[in-house]
Amino acid sequence: MAWTGLSIGLDALSYGMVLFIISIGLSIMMGLMRVVNLAHGAFAMIGGYLASFALKNAGVGYPLAIVLAVLGTIAIAFPLEFLLYRRIYRKSDELTQILLTIGIAFVIIGVANYILGPTTKSIPLPPLLSGPVDLGFRMIPAHRIFVMICGVCTAGLLWLLIDRTEFGIRLRAAVDNGDMAESLGIKTQILFSATFALAVGLAAFGGVVGAELLPVEPFYALRYMVTFLVVVSVGGAGSIPGAVAASILLGLADTTGKYLAPEYGEFFFYLAVILVVFLFPNGLLGRRH
Amino acid sequence: MSLRFGLVGAVAIATAWMSPAQCDTIKVGIIGTMSGPYALFGQNFKYGIDAWVAKNGSKVGDHQIEFVYRDEESPNPAKSKSLAQELIVKEKVQYIAGLYFTPDALAVAPLLEEAKVPMIVMNAATSAIVEKSPYIVRTSFTMWQNTVPAAKVAKARAAKKVAIAVSDYGPGVDAEAAFKKTFEADGGTIVQSIRMPLNTTDFGPIMQRIKDSGADMIFTFLPAGPPTLGFVKAYIDNGLKASGVKLLSTGDVVTEPDLPNIGDSGEGILSTYHYAVSHDSPENKAFLADMIKAGAKPDDITMASVAAYDGARLIYKMVEATNGQKDPDKALAAVKGMKWVSPRGPVSIDPDTRHIRQNVYLREVVKQDGKFLNKELQTFDAQPDWGLAKN
Repeated sequence: MAWTGLSIGLDALSYGMVLFIISIGLSIMMGLMRVVNLAHGAFAMIGGYLASFALKNAGVGYPLAIVLAVLGTIAIAFPLEFLLYRRIYRKSDELTQILLTIGIAFVIIGVANYILGPTTKSIPLPPLLSGPVDLGFRMIPAHRIFVMICGVCTAGLLWLLIDRTEFGIRLRAAVDNGDMAESLGIKTQILFSATFALAVGLAAFGGVVGAELLPVEPFYALRYMVTFLVVVSVGGAGSIPGAVAASILLGLADTTGKYLAPEYGEFFFYLAVILVVFLFPNGLLGRRH
Repeated sequence: MSLRFGLVGAVAIATAWMSPAQCDTIKVGIIGTMSGPYALFGQNFKYGIDAWVAKNGSKVGDHQIEFVYRDEESPNPAKSKSLAQELIVKEKVQYIAGLYFTPDALAVAPLLEEAKVPMIVMNAATSAIVEKSPYIVRTSFTMWQNTVPAAKVAKARAAKKVAIAVSDYGPGVDAEAAFKKTFEADGGTIVQSIRMPLNTTDFGPIMQRIKDSGADMIFTFLPAGPPTLGFVKAYIDNGLKASGVKLLSTGDVVTEPDLPNIGDSGEGILSTYHYAVSHDSPENKAFLADMIKAGAKPDDITMASVAAYDGARLIYKMVEATNGQKDPDKALAAVKGMKWVSPRGPVSIDPDTRHIRQNVYLREVVKQDGKFLNKELQTFDAQPDWGLAKN
C-alpha cells in the first residue's frame, strides 16, 4: 500500500510538473500584465510542432530542438505581440481580451490543421530519455524523471528572476504602478514585451517536454485550455509558489482518481478545483486585486 | 400559324432536352468528420468515394451521381440530425452515407423511414445501429465482429489473466462485453476491467493499475485518434512490455498513420481487424493505386476509405436496381445478400442484419524495409456481427 501511494505520488508529480511548466507563463501574464491569454495553449502547441519538425525533418538533437522550438515560438509570437497584444496589456476590459486571444487561438488551430494535417505529431525522445527506468518498487518512464527535473529548475529560475534580479524589481514596479514606474524612467513597454516573450517561451518549453502526456495535435490549444486556466485560478494569478502548489495538488487529484476509479473521469480533478476556489477565492497564494 | 408551330416546337424541344429520363442527378449526402481532430477519417470517406468514382465513372446508366458532403465534426448527435434533415429537405438527397460516430448514426436513424432514404453507415461500429431502421446498411465493422476473434487469439496464445481497458462509450462497452463473454466462455479469467474516459491522455496511472492486477495480457480498444498513441507509449514506457505483459487490441489502436509515431518499440503488438493497408491482394493493390490518384497520401489511408469505397459500390447498385427512382425497399432488396471481393477480402451483406460479413485478420506490427505495417498472421473467415441476437 505504501508503495502504491508512492507510485501514485510519482505519476502525480510528473503530470503536475507538465501542468506547471505550461501554465506558469499564463499565470505570469495574468498576474503581471492582467491579460487573460486564451491563446497560451496555442503557443505551447506551436512549440511542440517546431520541436517535432526539428527532430524528424531537420535531424537535430533533442536539446537543440527544445531551444529551437522555444526561440521559434517567440519569433512567431512576436509580430502578434507587436500588432495585437500590446493594445490589451493592463486594459481591464476582459471581453476584448477574450475575444482577441480566442480568435488568435482559432486562427493558429486552423493554420496548423491546414498545413500539418489533423494527426498527432510525435516528438521522438533521445535514447537516454525513452524507455523505462527501474526504481526498485516500480518502473517509471525515464522521460517523467526528466520532466520533474525540468519543472523544479523552471520554478527555481523563475523565482530568482522575478524576486532577485533588477529585471524582476522593475517588472514588479511596473505592474504595481505603471505610470509611476514610467515617470521614474522605467521603459514599461519593453518590460512587458520581454515578459510576453518569457511567457510564450515557457509555453513552448512545456509543450515540448510535456508532449508525452499532452500529445501535440491541432486541437491541443482548445483541448487543454480549461486545464491551464484552472491551474492559474487555483494557484493564484502571478504567484510562482501558487502555481507549483496548484499543479501538484491537481496532478495528485487527477492521478489518484485515475488509479482508483478511472470511470469517474475528471470528477476528482474538478472536485479539487471547486473545493480550493470555495475556500480560497483568489487562489491558494493569489493576491487580492 | 408558323409562329404558333414554332413556339410549340421550341417547347417540345426544350421539354425533351430537360426530361429526367435523359439526364437526372441523384444526390447522395455524406455526413463525415471533415474537420476537427477526426478529420483524417472524413477525408478518408471522400478519398474512398473519389477512388470509386474515378474507377467507375460518375454515372449509373443515365443517372448522374452527385455526392454532397456535410461536416459531422465530433460526436454531436443534434448537429448530425439537423445536417441529415437539411440534406433530405433542401438538397433532396436519395441516399445518406458516412457517419463516423455511433451517437451521430443513431440520431439520423429515426428520419430514414419517414423520408424513405436508405443510409449506408461507413464507420460507426456499435452493433445496435442496424436495428434502428430497416433502411440502414453497414459496410464498416462492429466491435463484436473484431473483438470475438481477439478473445480467441488470447486463448490460443495461452493468456490466463487478462486486463481489459476500453474507452468509456458505446463501442468501448461493446468491446468489453464481447471480449469478456468469449474469453470467459473459453475458461479464461478477467482480472481487471477498466473504462477510461474518452478524453484521457495520461495513461500512466492506468498502466500501474493493470500491472498491480497481475495480468499477463491487456486487451484494449480506443477509437482511432490522438489518445491511442499515448496508450501504447504508456504501455511500453511503464515497463509492462519489458516485464512480459502482452498487448492485444482491435486495429483501431494501431492504425497505419500512427505506426511511425509509435516507433520501434511498437513491434510485436497484436491486433484483430478487418482491413490492413498492407493486405496482399490484387483488389487491394488496384484500390490503393486508385486512392493515390484520388489525391490520398499513402500514409493517410485507413479502414474508413475502404468502407466508403464499398459503400459507394452499394449506392451504385441501389441506383441501378431502382433506375434512379426513390424506392428504398427495392434498393435495400438489391443489396441484401450481395457478395463481392473488396480490397479487404471477400465480403457479403448479411440479408438479415444488413451488416457486412467479412474476414477478420490477426495482425502483428512489424518493420519491413524501414516501414511499419500490420502484417497479417491468421484469417478468421466470414465473420458475422457477433453482437446481434440473430447470430
